Amino acid sequence: MLDQVEALYREVILDHYKNSSHHGELPKAQIKAEGTNPLCGDEMIFYVQLQGDRIDKVRFQGKGCAISQAAASMLAGELEGKSLGQAQQLIQAMKAMMRGEALPAPVTLGELEALAGVRQFPVRVKCAALSWNVVEQGLQQQRGAHGHQ
Amino acid sequence: MIDTARIRQEFPILSRQVHGKSLVYLDNAATTQKPRQVIAALTRYYSQYNANIHRGIHALAEEATAAYEAVRVQAAQFLGAASEREIVFTRNATESINLFAYTWGRAHLTAGDQILLTEMEHHANLVPWQLVAKATGATLAFIPLTADGQLELKALDQLLSARTKVVALTHMSNVLGTVNPVAEIARKAHAQGAVVLIDAAQSAPHLPINVQQLGGDVLVLSAHKMLGPTGVGVLWARQALLESMEPFLGGGEMISDVQLTSSTWNEVPWKFEAGTPNISGVIAFGEALAYLQRLGMPEVAAHEQQLTRYAIAQLQQLGHLTIYGPTQPGVARGSAVSFNLDGLHPHDVGTVLDAEGVAVRAGHHCAKPLMRRLGVPATVRASFYLYNTPAEVDRLIAALKIVRAFFNRPSRIHA
Repeated sequence: MLDQVEALYREVILDHYKNSSHHGELPKAQIKAEGTNPLCGDEMIFYVQLQGDRIDKVRFQGKGCAISQAAASMLAGELEGKSLGQAQQLIQAMKAMMRGEALPAPVTLGELEALAGVRQFPVRVKCAALSWNVVEQGLQQQRGAHGHQ
Repeated sequence: MIDTARIRQEFPILSRQVHGKSLVYLDNAATTQKPRQVIAALTRYYSQYNANIHRGIHALAEEATAAYEAVRVQAAQFLGAASEREIVFTRNATESINLFAYTWGRAHLTAGDQILLTEMEHHANLVPWQLVAKATGATLAFIPLTADGQLELKALDQLLSARTKVVALTHMSNVLGTVNPVAEIARKAHAQGAVVLIDAAQSAPHLPINVQQLGGDVLVLSAHKMLGPTGVGVLWARQALLESMEPFLGGGEMISDVQLTSSTWNEVPWKFEAGTPNISGVIAFGEALAYLQRLGMPEVAAHEQQLTRYAIAQLQQLGHLTIYGPTQPGVARGSAVSFNLDGLHPHDVGTVLDAEGVAVRAGHHCAKPLMRRLGVPATVRASFYLYNTPAEVDRLIAALKIVRAFFNRPSRIHA
């Protein structure tokens, strides 16, 4: 087995794929965003429940490969407790990591760090990116709806 | 009998390594590899007689024109066409279908007419008809599938009517491997006065094809799926049908005379070949056809039948997986075998197989409606060709065992 494949499917990724604690639905979520990856048919819905400006709870529903599902699970976990502004910074940091660029200074990726190996597989970057693209779209809708930030 | 050991020496790419392992190429339904004869034909054209065709009066142009037109004759013979005038060169099977759907469809279809397709079509035989339906008001109908991925022929009699103007279907599914009884369907369609288009992109590389026996009016294929280069397709249609059609693309070569405000058309098939075609590609496609004819298409088909049966048996023995498409020994099928391992997404399977040097396709195979019908987002597809061996099937099975062990390894995190 290639080292890169081991690095792509790190244990933490398979663990999130098989046993995500953030899988599910939030009927009262203020933000609901969905997206698909037309190339592979992956589907993703994110529910983000807010308390003021702070993200209280995040759940996702999706169908897809280990990378897409693990990315969703880890992103959901990392988003909880963050402000909307911090959430946007985290998304920018993930995009920078996938492009192989330096991360914006104060952001910590937490478990999402495990996705670093995806960069070695250009065709799989879109699998991981589906989650933060969907969440980013949800955050934009929220900003649009409230006309601030 | 196909001598794979000898054949494999004629395909330079088959001796390369991928990720440090010898390549096992099982993505032949996407595109096949090329023998050195085909590669040499490209080089020979560009190094010895590169010229534009049909217009020069110098030696190079005459040689190039003769070589290009000789392949038209070869293609006609390969398909059992009545005349080389029935062979139009296009970019690929997709363009061939678009050409026919656009020119014939817009001239002959009106609101209320029916276009009959099947649930197993490649996007190439769906989207062009959706465009024509939108432009003309014709409706789309679909022959449904049985549980094991064959056409539900009982439904055909109800679907066919005097409103059915065209039936367009694949001869062999690129996902399921199913070989459809196109001759029987064509007979029934003709009884209702419909025109029949056969998508032979997957069958022409693997089975003996005779357009007279298949009974359709139009047949399309792609050269790159049958040892030829990319960028060359064939549209075969009965000459009278071709002659009744308006041009698809306008430009040089397809005209008889051009005034500033009007033009008259060249004869068929040149009426449909506007602009400089893929000259080198067509000439190299001739070498591909010659290669297949030397081996013999019945022998190619027999080799693949045997290999496919072996692969299906080995997969079934591996267990804990679903094979999509016919698996019973008596049912006609091609060498594309789609499957999913229980609990694993095809992209994850494909990535690990690649690390083991095994190239398969993982995805929706440009057949999203079929994926929805099967209830899966995607499948893994292994597809075989004349150079593949039972030892390569064994490599696939061994790699699938590695995939399974890899994703089922016990987690140390929450253990």
